[in-house]
Amino acid sequence: MALSKIWVHVEVNEDVVAPITLEILAKARSLADTVEAFVGGPADSIAATLGAHGATKVLAAGDLGGGLQGVHVAAALASAIEGGDAPDAIFFGTTYDGRDIAARLSVKLDKPVITNNTDVEVDGDSIVVSEPIFGGTQIVKTKFAAGSPAIAMFRPKSFVPEEAGGGAAEVAALATVDVGSAGAAKVLDRHVEETSGPKLDEAAIVVSGGRGLGEAGKYEMVEELAKLLKAAPGASRAIVDAGWVPYSYQVGQTGKVVKPTVYIAAGISGATQHMVGMKGSKNIVAINKDPEAPIFGVADLGIVGDVHKVLPKLIEALKAR
Amino acid sequence: MNVVVCVKQIPDPADPGALDADHTLKRDGKLILDESDTYGVEMALQLVDKAGEGEVTLVSMAPNGEVSGLRQALAMGAAKAVLVSDDALAGAGALDTAKVLAAAIGRAGDYDLVLAATESSDGYTGTVPEQIAAILDLPSVTFAKEVEVDGETVKVRRQTEAGYDSCETPMPALVSVTAGVVEPRYPSFKGIMAAKSKPLDNVTVADLGIDAEMVGWSGAGQEIVDVSAAPERESGEKIEDDGEAHNKIIEFLDGLKVL
Repeated sequence: MALSKIWVHVEVNEDVVAPITLEILAKARSLADTVEAFVGGPADSIAATLGAHGATKVLAAGDLGGGLQGVHVAAALASAIEGGDAPDAIFFGTTYDGRDIAARLSVKLDKPVITNNTDVEVDGDSIVVSEPIFGGTQIVKTKFAAGSPAIAMFRPKSFVPEEAGGGAAEVAALATVDVGSAGAAKVLDRHVEETSGPKLDEAAIVVSGGRGLGEAGKYEMVEELAKLLKAAPGASRAIVDAGWVPYSYQVGQTGKVVKPTVYIAAGISGATQHMVGMKGSKNIVAINKDPEAPIFGVADLGIVGDVHKVLPKLIEALKAR
Repeated sequence: MNVVVCVKQIPDPADPGALDADHTLKRDGKLILDESDTYGVEMALQLVDKAGEGEVTLVSMAPNGEVSGLRQALAMGAAKAVLVSDDALAGAGALDTAKVLAAAIGRAGDYDLVLAATESSDGYTGTVPEQIAAILDLPSVTFAKEVEVDGETVKVRRQTEAGYDSCETPMPALVSVTAGVVEPRYPSFKGIMAAKSKPLDNVTVADLGIDAEMVGWSGAGQEIVDVSAAPERESGEKIEDDGEAHNKIIEFLDGLKVL
């Protein structure tokens, strides 16, 4: 049985609809007769993209005056739902603002939000989501049992985006609601950290470094190798927490999910938290001193060796080509 | 200033995780303070220290009256703790947890700031802090990588996809902090000894005025229908580096035509 309507949260990065939104739109379309999008900002510049990916309408919260999306958008959605415009399900990507809105909305509606899903199906009258646990070794399927709307969040790259060939989505205003002092947090400035080279979650090759590098300065080897391979440099949580590289480099449960053609893990043991973010890579090369390191369990090519010896030679050999 | 920190006691992440027959996470072994929470505790201690007055209060929810993780945070320097422990909480989802912690925060006394990690290391739903803010009707800033208090205002650098946003909010407010926001201290011997006699208020769901029927399995509004093994990824060749392993990598990449 198909659902009648699903709402999908739109994540916008620098005026462009984020890939995760397009991924979820594609899935939502396969489950429901009508898919509508909602955005915590203006929608005029994104209506065409959303329409092409199957959203017939986009509910726009408009300018939030510096307010964070969570409290404002959740209140506006709850009010629209009370007004009789309830969808069967509301889908979010795992993004900073998506989490905030989903969490606030779950309290407003007194309904659970189920997070970290990688799949969803409709089983009879029920919506059932799948979530990988224990580093993706087991899959838990959970049924929403609190009535509609079901609030679900999905991990990046769970679905494949697909254009549906529709015209621009109709832009409708999402009526804002006074949230009182709870809306007092404001964004004053946005800072973009300049990065060069391909983006971590879009690169065909990713080279990541971990604690096995020994010290912060040795991360240069990872960067140099990445540059030679036109790859994006990544990192395990251990060295991000240690302050060697910024959080934006982190691959894993709390960082980015990557699925490149080749993933090279240098000095990474393969903690559950890291594996979740890279296990979907098409090919995995691992270099680690410890032959028992869990990373070897998923590596297509495993090198039991010292990264301080293997990486410099690899870099020299690539330079010589 | 008074800061409340939400902390979680979790099974040691170094041990392989397992589920009980009712599909809840196995927690019968010793529980430890979630490392993600040490950052919030440290942040709170530093803010109170800087303000020159006030104290840090911990709130936590755990089965079996488990306190070893809380003692760890008390040893770091928190003044007191409220622990909610109740059989009715088995199967509690993120929303139930937020309801319980919000009620426990109410019991903790006057506060200026509530701190939490962005997500726990075992359940990692990542929604509890913002749900608590919603229940307490507080302004909030999540994913803080820097926190500073200036008079009645909290200034936060909030992690974003592209970098960070400079945010601020009046207090009282809730802020969730990322790992690395500050360097957590190790408890001193003196701290560990002092922690043993610090007040630890062990309460039940009923003590908080919450109907036990509304939380845990009965209140979760979700039902686990299946748990199964994920398709395994096969590993390939594993070799010992004999000084020539780099050539093997190049050969492998050549085969994939990515060079």
